[in-house]
Amino acid sequence: MAATARDLSKVESVIQLKGVNKWYGQFHVLSDINLDVKEGEKIVICGPSGSGKSTLIRCINRLEEHQRGDIVVHGVTLSNDVKNIEAIRREVGMVFQSFNLFPHLTILDNLTLAPIWVKKMPKKEAEEIAMSLLTRVRIPEQALKYPGQLSGGQQQRVAIARALCMRPKIMLFDEPTSALDPEMVKEVLDVMIELAREGMTMICVTHEMGFARAVADRVIFMDRGEIVEQNEPEAFFANPRNERTKLFLGQILHNH
Amino acid sequence: MTDAMPVGDRKPLAPPVDETGALGWVRKNLFSSWGNGITTVVLIAAVLWVASWFLEWALFTANFTAATGAECRGGGACWALIREKFRYIFFGSFPYEQHWRPLFAVITMLAMLVLSADRRMWNWRLLVIWGVGSFITFLLMFGQIHIPLSLILFVALVCGGIGLTLRSALAAPSERMAYYALVGIGAVGLVLRMVGALPAWSIAIAPLSYVETSLWGGLPVTLILATYGLAFAFPYGILLALGRRSNLPLIKGLCVGFIELIRGVPLISLLIMASVMLPLFLPSGTTIDKFLRAQVAVILFAGAYIAEVIRGGLQSLPKGQFEAADAMGLNYPQKTLLIILPQALRVVIPPLINTFIGFFKDTSLVLIIGIFDFLNTANQALVDPNWAGFPGEVYLFAAFVYFIFCFSMSRYSKYLEFELNKGTRR
Amino acid sequence: MAVETLGSAPRVKVAPWNDPVIRGWVFQIVVVGLVGFLAWYLVSNTIDNLQRQKIASGFHYLEREAGFEIGDTMIEYSPASTYARAIWVGILNTLRVAVLGILLSTLLGTLVGVGRLSPNWLLSRICAWYVEAFRNVPLLLWLFLFYKLISEAFPGPRQAISLFWNSVFLSNRGVYFPVPMADPIHKWMGVAFLVGIAGAWFVNRWGKKRQEATGQPFPAISAGLGIIIGLPALVWLAGGAPHHMSWPELKGFNFAGGTVIQPEFTALLVGLVLYTSAFVAEIVRSGILALHKGQSEAAAALGLSRGQSMRLVLLPQALRVIVPPMTSQYLNITKNSSLAIAIGYPDLVASVNVTINQTGQAIENILIIMAAYLSVSLSISAFMNWYNKRIALRER
Repeated sequence: MAATARDLSKVESVIQLKGVNKWYGQFHVLSDINLDVKEGEKIVICGPSGSGKSTLIRCINRLEEHQRGDIVVHGVTLSNDVKNIEAIRREVGMVFQSFNLFPHLTILDNLTLAPIWVKKMPKKEAEEIAMSLLTRVRIPEQALKYPGQLSGGQQQRVAIARALCMRPKIMLFDEPTSALDPEMVKEVLDVMIELAREGMTMICVTHEMGFARAVADRVIFMDRGEIVEQNEPEAFFANPRNERTKLFLGQILHNH
Repeated sequence: MTDAMPVGDRKPLAPPVDETGALGWVRKNLFSSWGNGITTVVLIAAVLWVASWFLEWALFTANFTAATGAECRGGGACWALIREKFRYIFFGSFPYEQHWRPLFAVITMLAMLVLSADRRMWNWRLLVIWGVGSFITFLLMFGQIHIPLSLILFVALVCGGIGLTLRSALAAPSERMAYYALVGIGAVGLVLRMVGALPAWSIAIAPLSYVETSLWGGLPVTLILATYGLAFAFPYGILLALGRRSNLPLIKGLCVGFIELIRGVPLISLLIMASVMLPLFLPSGTTIDKFLRAQVAVILFAGAYIAEVIRGGLQSLPKGQFEAADAMGLNYPQKTLLIILPQALRVVIPPLINTFIGFFKDTSLVLIIGIFDFLNTANQALVDPNWAGFPGEVYLFAAFVYFIFCFSMSRYSKYLEFELNKGTRR
Repeated sequence: MAVETLGSAPRVKVAPWNDPVIRGWVFQIVVVGLVGFLAWYLVSNTIDNLQRQKIASGFHYLEREAGFEIGDTMIEYSPASTYARAIWVGILNTLRVAVLGILLSTLLGTLVGVGRLSPNWLLSRICAWYVEAFRNVPLLLWLFLFYKLISEAFPGPRQAISLFWNSVFLSNRGVYFPVPMADPIHKWMGVAFLVGIAGAWFVNRWGKKRQEATGQPFPAISAGLGIIIGLPALVWLAGGAPHHMSWPELKGFNFAGGTVIQPEFTALLVGLVLYTSAFVAEIVRSGILALHKGQSEAAAALGLSRGQSMRLVLLPQALRVIVPPMTSQYLNITKNSSLAIAIGYPDLVASVNVTINQTGQAIENILIIMAAYLSVSLSISAFMNWYNKRIALRER
């Protein structure tokens, strides 16, 4: 099953969060988060805005710093150590809500930038990998254009390909479809579903419940900085236990 | 009315005649209302009056051929004065029969600036253009250039270092070896030179007679002060701007303090400081060229202003760009050189040109410490007792030259702003 | 915030060379050390040089007799006064030209900026060329041109050009015009003026309160203006309405009576105002252009009158765009007034420059210049920060 990931059977969990806490000033964004992600597992995190779900995944590649607790990614404990952070960022790919492509570089240069500079890969090899990934996300013909010339859906697919170029073991998605026009959501979700089927370890913050049903091994509901409820998707949607979950699902399913 | 006519069949009607054509334009733009019409009439009268007076003075009664100021008096403008003095105004006290040298130096610098304005040159070519251009300019102006060994070694060290940081990932092994060799030769050589193992040897390139800076004057001086003020202040302004945005408190404090200090005081006080205090700062016995002192003051001044312009560009970048670079695992120099600066600098090019126009005008202040820039030579042209009493002509001529430079630069900056906005659709 | 991830570390052991906090401090200490070394080198050279050249140091010279003339002073000054007083005269002269320059260039610049947007094509073109002509030529050149025009093209006092029925005279010695004879009542009129400003402020506040409470609007602007102008006028009437004027008259080779604006001051002020107003015009224009058309439409749709929509909706938004660059222009006027030295107007830099030449104490004098300009600049930036905070749009 694991097509892109190495066999890491010795490491049961690829990501472990133990008692993670984070504050913004007085505001408690993450309180006592415990989470274990197995290799190849797909996790969907949902919850109302301001519930801390984005902050949670941004702590995993240390775009934000947690203040208490441990985060272990691939056996490496996150700390201030720059070498550790660099190592983890090489293993963990991230896709942002607002794509964050680099507007001054062509699509191809966006993709090859990190392999060349971070992995010190020869340019030619990096470009071959990039082209094969662009083919996979079905836009190889756009390689020499600039991000501004692409539609939102295409840009987000490029962003996914850019993250994959580093051959990450784990992919983090931070609301990848929220900034897209409705007709473009599907093309991005299709790419993500394909990726999931290939066995990538994924953590997605998203409200796309269809996506959650299709690929998730586990759905997590967060509210006010806590993990309120987690379950397999069928049970989670059919039979939510917590009142807050019920309320949230009621609102979100109405809207879709 | 044919109310049964289907909508799609209606022919578009031409607008009423008085809305289009030349007459329509005049009506709309000059006589749209009573007040507007009166304004137009008054303004036309005023323009005609001023224009006729000016043409009378500057053209019809002007004297273009007089041999002395006395012959000029009484009539209109005395353009003969400009005819008599223009070589002095443009080139100052540079030896008269050698005036072709500053002339070609000016042409070289203009070519440098024009080439730098071409967007296709915004890469390594820019360095080559400036390297070659500067060499030609200073060779023409000085006539002789002595390149000391330590400078050559230093350049080798810097070039190798830049190559290693910028091209380490892309370079073929042989290219990388060349960079290491440059760094090695430069570093070892400099150390040997310092301990005295290498002699104080220098390459002398001396095809022309030597002309010292105190004889330089006119347009080349203005251009050199502004152009090299910018060239040196630019990298240094980038460092200041990055320092000001840094989260290291001491670095930030140093940069903020420097920028605010320089921006808070007038350029004149910096020039006075450079002319009276710089000699005090250096070990006794060292003399430092007056021209160089002015150039140093202009660079310090320009750096602080450029830093603020660049900071504006850095601030305009969305946070996502920094985060995406971080998430990819790029380190600080990589992030800055590959992602942040290329975008930030692009945004600030139009305001940067406006800043440059400012420096170009501000270089005129050096006349206060006795440098013969273009405005100063124009001023000196008035001192000649044979030609006393025609300040208007000389200053209008100088103003015209400044105007051509500044106006074309500001047009270019407007055009560029338009072009760059067209290209960056996010 | 998340741009750089530095800060408190969890308990895990980190090798010191991989810890960004330690790296940061090492880097900072190295840089500060280098800067410190450079500073020490320069200072030690300077001390050495000062001793060698036997130049005194310290500010004692300020109490000594200056011994030089100053042509244009606002306070009493003679060559027998101290250096400190000479520098103070310079500061006052700088402030005088800066304050007048700011007022006049704002006025002229606003007119030109609005004219630039006029529907009248000709007017808008003329304003555009005005802006281009003045901002594309160095200020110093304008100063020389105006100064030379006044001092060379204007006739001497005997042939002075008279304007307004022999009351104003233009000559190469300056502009002469009549002033009211000195009268003790003038002082009280000044006091009344200040009281009027305070009164107008209170009336305006009261008017707002009343409007909030009762809904009745109050004509605060006309009432305020009335108080500010009316109070001094009342005082003048109460003082017996002294109306004797001192007229300029030709006595010998020059004028006596009235008052004179020196040619240096005139050239400096005219140059500063024309040059700066070109920049002010562009700022005003961009401020007006920045207004979204939807804003005036929305105001009109709510039923606000043109005046109300201008005062309550459009002006506050335009000011948000205009004020920051305008402040930096005001700062520029203040700094640019130092060009006075080139045409002989005795401003701060000019006075200090003479002091440097006479005493040789460059460092102390340059410190004085820097301190004076920096205190103006920093207080204006402090005001700007306060203002920006006050008007900043609240956004998510």
